[in-house]
Amino acid sequence: MTIAQKKIGPTLLKVDNISLSFGGVKALTDISFEIREHEILAIIGPNGAGKSSMLNCINGFYHPQQGTITFRGEARKQMRPHEAASHGIARTFQNIALFKGMSTLDNIMTGRLLKMKAGLLSSAIYKGPAEREQIQHREYCEKIIDFLEIQAIRKVPVGRLPYGLQKRVELARALAAEPTLLLLDEPMAGMNLEEKQDMCRFILDVNDEFGTTICLIEHDMGVVMDISDRVVVLDYGRKIGDGAPEDVKNNQAVIDAYLGVQH
Amino acid sequence: MAFFFEVLIGGLMAGVMYSLVALGFVLIFKASGVFNFAQGAMVLFAGLFFVGFMELGMPMVVSLLLTIAVMVLLAGVIERLVLRHLVNQEGIILFMATIGVSFFLDGFGQTIWGSNVRQLDIGIPTDPIFLLDGDILIQSFDLWAALVAGTLLAILVVFQKTRIGRALRAVADDHQAAQSVGIPLNVIWIIVWAIAGLVALVAGVMWGSKLGVQPAIVSLALKALPVLILGGFTSIPGAILGGLIIGAGEKLAEVYIGPLFGGGIENWFAYVLALGFLLIRPQGLFGEKIIERV
Amino acid sequence: MFYRESGQYKTSYRADQAIFTIPQDRVFFALLMLAAFVGIPLVATNYIYTALLIPFLCLALAALGLNILTGYCGQLSLGTSAFMGVGAVAAWNLATRVPDLNILVVFALAGLVTAAVGMFFGLPSLRIKGFYLAVATLAAQFFLPWLFVKISWFTNHAASGVITAPQLTLFGWSIDTPMEKYLFALGVVTLLALAAKNLVRSNPGRQWMAIRDMDIAAEIIGIRPVVAKLTAFAVSSFFIGIAGALYLFVYLGSAEPDGFTITMSFQVLFMIIIGGLGSILGSFLGAFFILLVPIFLTRVPPMLGFDLSTALVSHLEFMVFGALIVIFLIVEPHGLARLWQITKEKLRIWPFPY
Repeated sequence: MTIAQKKIGPTLLKVDNISLSFGGVKALTDISFEIREHEILAIIGPNGAGKSSMLNCINGFYHPQQGTITFRGEARKQMRPHEAASHGIARTFQNIALFKGMSTLDNIMTGRLLKMKAGLLSSAIYKGPAEREQIQHREYCEKIIDFLEIQAIRKVPVGRLPYGLQKRVELARALAAEPTLLLLDEPMAGMNLEEKQDMCRFILDVNDEFGTTICLIEHDMGVVMDISDRVVVLDYGRKIGDGAPEDVKNNQAVIDAYLGVQH
Repeated sequence: MAFFFEVLIGGLMAGVMYSLVALGFVLIFKASGVFNFAQGAMVLFAGLFFVGFMELGMPMVVSLLLTIAVMVLLAGVIERLVLRHLVNQEGIILFMATIGVSFFLDGFGQTIWGSNVRQLDIGIPTDPIFLLDGDILIQSFDLWAALVAGTLLAILVVFQKTRIGRALRAVADDHQAAQSVGIPLNVIWIIVWAIAGLVALVAGVMWGSKLGVQPAIVSLALKALPVLILGGFTSIPGAILGGLIIGAGEKLAEVYIGPLFGGGIENWFAYVLALGFLLIRPQGLFGEKIIERV
Repeated sequence: MFYRESGQYKTSYRADQAIFTIPQDRVFFALLMLAAFVGIPLVATNYIYTALLIPFLCLALAALGLNILTGYCGQLSLGTSAFMGVGAVAAWNLATRVPDLNILVVFALAGLVTAAVGMFFGLPSLRIKGFYLAVATLAAQFFLPWLFVKISWFTNHAASGVITAPQLTLFGWSIDTPMEKYLFALGVVTLLALAAKNLVRSNPGRQWMAIRDMDIAAEIIGIRPVVAKLTAFAVSSFFIGIAGALYLFVYLGSAEPDGFTITMSFQVLFMIIIGGLGSILGSFLGAFFILLVPIFLTRVPPMLGFDLSTALVSHLEFMVFGALIVIFLIVEPHGLARLWQITKEKLRIWPFPY
C-alpha cells in the first residue's frame, strides 16, 4: 500500500494561535496548524525552533499563554498530561523516558494502566478478576512485543538495554495505550542507518495497521520526506512552512532557515 | 514585655546554633547536590575530638589544629570511601549513604572518646549582661556565639567569590559537565566536605561550651532540617534566617502556647512548621521554582 | 544442576505471571512455609521466640510497609516508628473500648487508621520529592508520640501512661505462650506479605514504580501522581500500622506511646536498604539480618575472650550499621535480595561457570 492511496480523514487536532513563553523568552509565537486523521505529520525545524515545546503543549505538559488546542472537536485550554493520555494522546521522548528499574514487559504494561480497572483490594487478592485482567492485557502487550520484534528482551530491565532497543520499548509503551494520536519526539535520533530503517518501517506499519495518527519531530530530512504526508516547519518559534513534503522542500523561507540567507 | 524579649533573644541564640549546622548542609548541598544527613554527627565528632584532645592536656590551639586536621582527613576519607563510588547516583541513594556515614561517625566518635557529657571551657565569658536597665538578661556567651557565627558567615561569603567558590558552584550544577571543563571533582568534594567539617567544628565547640559535648547533639542537629525547608536548600542567608526563625519560634511557642498543651512542643514545633511550609510553599522562603523539562 | 529450568515450558500467560514460575522455587517455598509453621514450633525455645522470631516478624512487616513506600514508590520516610505507634495505639483503643471485636478486625481497622494518618503526612509528597519528604515524615515522628502522651484520651487516661495489650483471642483460641504468639504473628505476616506481593506485581505496583523511576513520564502515560503517591502512603502505612499493633500485642505486651522512637525508624530503614529496596523478600532478609547483628555483637566477642561493655557494644552496633549501609549502597544497592537472586542464577548453571 502506498501513501497516495491512504485515506486521510478530517481534522483530528487543531492548533490555533498558540503562544508560549517562559519568563521573557518566547518559545512559540502564534502557531496554527492541524493534524488530520490517519496522516503522518512531521514537524521540522532547526534546533531550538520550538518543536518539542509544541508537542509538550499538545499533551498538556506545558500550558500555552494564548491560543487553543482542539482535539476531536473539543477545545481545551488547560489540561494535565494524564488527562491528555486518557483522551488518547500518547508520546515518546527525545531523551528516552522509560522506567529504568522495570522490565520491558512491565514498562509496556504501564501503557495499559488506563485501560485496567483492578483497584487496590482486588489486586491484593489477585486471584479472580485482577488475574484475568492482567492476562488479558498481557496478551495485547505480547502482540505489540511481536510487532516490534522485542520478544527476547521481555524480562530484561530496560536500564540494561542499548539505546536503539530502549527507543523501541518506548514506542511499544506508547502503542500499548492504543492511542488515537501518537506524538514521537525524534524517534530516530542517534540511530544508525539500519536502525532508522527499522524504525521507519514500524512507524509506517503502526500508521497503516492500527490506523494511528502520527505527529513526529525528526531531523533526518530523508526520513521526513519519505514517510510523512505533510510537513510543518518551525523556526524561532514561528511557523514558516506547512504543506506536502515536496512543496515544503521548495519553499524559499524553509530553504533560508536551513541554509541561511545571504544578506 | 521585657520577658518576651528575653525569650526572643534566648531563642535567637539557640537559632544561631541551628543556623551553624544548617550552613554545613547548605555548603555541601550547593557544591555536590548531596543532602548530608551526617552534618549533625560531624558536629558531635568534631566536638568530641576537640574536647578529647584538651582532656589529654594539650593546649587549646594545638587541640584546635589537631581537630582541624582530623576534620580535613575525615573529608578525604569520606570522599575516597563513599562519595567517589556514588558519583551520578540518585539523590535519595546519596542521602541514605550519608545516614550510614552519620551512624558510623556517631558510633566511632563515642567508641574512641566514650559517651559521657563533657564540659568544654574555651574561655568564653559566661557572665550575664543586663540590657534596658536590667530588665532583660542575656548571656554574654550567646553574644560571642553570634559574633563567631557572623564572622564565619562573612568568610564564607567572601569565599564564594573566589575561583574555588566558582568551581564549587559549577560542580553543583552538573557533575559531568564540571568534570569535562577540567574541574577536578574529587578535589572539590574534599574541599567542600572539609569546609563543612570546619563549620561543624565551630558549631561543635560553641554547642559544647554551652551544653557540654554529648551524643544528644546529633538529634538536636536534626532540627537543621526544618531550617533548610524554611530557608531553602541552596541559600546561605536562608539558612541563617531560617535558623533564627526556628530558634525564636520554638522558644516563643513553648513559653506562650506550650502551657495550653502541657508543654513539650519545643521538640516538634520546628518539624510541624516545616511540614506546613512543605504543604504551602515547598520551595521555602528564598528558593526558586524549578521549571522541569522533558 | 538441581536448579535448572531447561525443559520446562510455560504454555500460558497465567503460568508466566505466577509468583514462582519454576517448580523448584515452589517446592522451596513450600518447604520454607512448612519449616516456619511446623518445624520451628517443634524445636524453638521461648528465648528464640521472644528475642528473635517474634520481633523479626513484626519488624519485617514494618519493613515491608516501608519498602512499598521507599523501595517501590521512591518516597523516603523517617517516620516508620511513629506510624507503628499509631497502629499500636489505635489497635489498643479498639480492643479495650470494643472488647468483643474480633482481633483480626481490630488489626485491620488499626491499619486503616494508620493509613489515613500516613496519607495526611504524605500530602507534601505531591509537591516535593525525595529527601525533602524526609522532613515531613520527621514531623510525624516527633509530633505523634507527643500527641499520644499529652492527650490522655489515647491511653484511656491511664495514670502511668502505659498501654497494656489485652488478652489475645482468635475465634476462641486463646493466644498465650510465645509459640502461640509466634504462630499468630506468622499467620498475619504471611497473609499480608502475599497481599503485598500481589500488589507490587499488578497495577498498583506498576504505578508506584513508574512514579519512582520517572514521575514526569508516568504522568504523561496517564498515571495520576496524586493517586499513585497517596495510595503508596496509604498501603505502606496500613502495613506499618498492623506491624505496630502486632509489636504491641504479641511482642512488647505493654508500652509507653512515646516509646516508638526515631531509632526504630532508622532500624526499619536499614532493614530495607540492606535487605533490598523494591523487594518483598528483601524486607524479610533485611529484618533478619539487622536483628542478628546486635545478638552477634553481644554474644560472639565474649566467646572469643573479649569482654566488651554494653556501651561499647552499642557504639560498635552504630558503626557496624553505618558501615553496612554505605557498603551495601555502593556494592549492591538491591541488597541481600539481589545477592539471593544472583546465587540462584549461578545455581542454574552450576557446575559450569557460564
